Amino acid sequence: MKKHLIITVWFCLLLFPFVVLKLPLHATEVVTYRWFNLPLVAVIAFVASFLWEILFKYRQKAKKGHTDFINKKLLYLQNKKLFPVYLLIAIIFPLITSDYNVSIFTSTFVYIVLGLGLNIVVGLAGLLDLGYVAFYAVGAYSYALLNLYFHLTFWQIFPIAGLLAFCLGVLLGFPVLRLKGDYLAIVTLGFGEIIRLILYNWTDLTKGIQGIGSIPKPNLPGIHLTEGGSNVFLYYILLALIIIALLCFHRLRNSRVGRAWEAFREDEIACISMGIHRTKTKLAAFGIGASWAGFAGIIFASHTGYINPASFTFYESSVILTIVILGGMGSPLGVIIASALLILLPEYFRFLNDYRMLIFAMCMIGIMLFKPNGLLQIKRKQFDLDKLNNATLE
Amino acid sequence: MNFDFFTDLFFSGITKGSIYALVALGYTMVYGIIGLINFAHGEIYMIGAFIAISMCSILAPLHISVPILLLIAISISIVFTACYAFTVEKIAYEKLRNSSRLAPLISAIGMSLLLREYVLLFQTSNFINFPELLPEVSWLDFMSDYLLPSQFIIIASAFTCMVALILFLKYTRSGIAMRAIAEDQVMTRLLGININSTISLTFIIGSALAAVAAVLISSYIGQANYNMGFIIGIKAFTAAVLGGIGSVSGAMLGGIVLGLSESFATGYISSDYEDIVAFTILILILLFKPSGLLGKKEIEKV
Repeated sequence: MKKHLIITVWFCLLLFPFVVLKLPLHATEVVTYRWFNLPLVAVIAFVASFLWEILFKYRQKAKKGHTDFINKKLLYLQNKKLFPVYLLIAIIFPLITSDYNVSIFTSTFVYIVLGLGLNIVVGLAGLLDLGYVAFYAVGAYSYALLNLYFHLTFWQIFPIAGLLAFCLGVLLGFPVLRLKGDYLAIVTLGFGEIIRLILYNWTDLTKGIQGIGSIPKPNLPGIHLTEGGSNVFLYYILLALIIIALLCFHRLRNSRVGRAWEAFREDEIACISMGIHRTKTKLAAFGIGASWAGFAGIIFASHTGYINPASFTFYESSVILTIVILGGMGSPLGVIIASALLILLPEYFRFLNDYRMLIFAMCMIGIMLFKPNGLLQIKRKQFDLDKLNNATLE
Repeated sequence: MNFDFFTDLFFSGITKGSIYALVALGYTMVYGIIGLINFAHGEIYMIGAFIAISMCSILAPLHISVPILLLIAISISIVFTACYAFTVEKIAYEKLRNSSRLAPLISAIGMSLLLREYVLLFQTSNFINFPELLPEVSWLDFMSDYLLPSQFIIIASAFTCMVALILFLKYTRSGIAMRAIAEDQVMTRLLGININSTISLTFIIGSALAAVAAVLISSYIGQANYNMGFIIGIKAFTAAVLGGIGSVSGAMLGGIVLGLSESFATGYISSDYEDIVAFTILILILLFKPSGLLGKKEIEKV
């Protein structure tokens, strides 16, 4: 009890200069005191200190092995028999809901594709990439610029965007081959910022902060699409892209390259000593991961119709990274669930307006505190020795 | 391209560089001791600036003279910033010390976002005027063509802080404990050193340096904004990595090198691409010396 009171008083004093004091914009105005905020802070701090204790006791129990409520539900969701149901729901969804919902789900799907791409780099290969948003930007801007200057259509630019992003990924990979862990993180972060700054400052080419507008949506050859219709069409393109991404992910994981990536994540020196080509493996990871971001970028550009460098900041990169880590490193279904939590829910909670980002940040920290390994753990393929022995005996 | 222009750039580079060095010290000390990139450090720096503005606004009716006001502002800012850093560590980092590398990273990014949104929400997104806190030193006017008095104060204060930190790390018990934890945490624990309080002390010292840097540079520039922590955070972290992360002298060297190269690139190449220079230098140095300028080569045992 005493501890909770101390915490309450501490937060009241700590938060005083910001919550109570309102600073004047100019030196001539006077400071205003908002004392009514103080009891609110005290109450919230008091309640939060109790919640903190309760939730950590819960985490202790979960660590000891009791599968808790959340894990049981998640295990149920992973059941393979449910996948056709999900697919069916996803297909008929845009036909029964409003345009607004279709738009929100399209944004979420874009983040799912981004998450799946980053999943290859971070989840499978273990390369901490904080500048992933650079490839996303390249995809989006390649569509916008090629459409603006050369009047190419969506379908013509689609493979080009992926290819450009792939090349940029390989280009980023070259200087960072020898770097490990946090050095890699900061260099990729720097690379992401460099791309954003180039987009911002090279106004002759990219129109800088003004951005590029009236980007057309993809057309279905022969059929004339209405406004709502082309949104639905984009949704289906995205759905097909996600299914292809999931299939690619599954096949890559079980291929030679995928196994090399997972081996690199665990122990790099052992891999090199076994003869796995470090350069090729790492560059493949960067390139393939980046190309998915390129595809996501081109779809983002056509979805929103307007892009400018402000959509491609480090914050976006950190949201995508959070999606991958929250979902569980390397787990594609986890990525889908995590994007639903991080992108879909805030859209529906828009009524919180000003407090939205604050609560989002608090949730981000809270989720990391209580589920540091993510929601779903990826299962590594293991040979079942008992099954093997029984099979040979017969 | 004459000598005056060169000295202008040189001294403004050293000024900026010493600020980067002070903030980079916070990053490098925390990384050295628990292996975490403290993304929230830039926001702590920003909070330091805002606390100083609040104190000056409250004390404005008293009309205190400028040097004393500067000392009061820095002291109170240090106290509050230390409390903020302590709270941030207890909330976001302490419970995650034993989990994977990435969980504290995400927590740090979340904390950085939280602090930024918190200041945005309760204050304003506009640029706030920072009171003029750097005193007029008249006996330095003889070289004001080359080195402004305010620049001299910034460089001198930063230098004093860095020397104080080196002495602290070398001769005091807590400083030696910090270096011990950075080297071998398990052994330090076996020897009876309180890990939790030493790590908290690391955060507190780092944030104190950031607060000093914030007050100095904000009174030099004259304004503060809720977004100022982000850019400084990235640059200072780049400086820490440049000098070799985990190494205190590396952070200082990295800060100065970064400040100088930014200044010269801005002066001689173009001012738009100022931020790009920082990262390009980083990539170049890490290409040839992967562990930074003064970093220790991490020997991985198989």
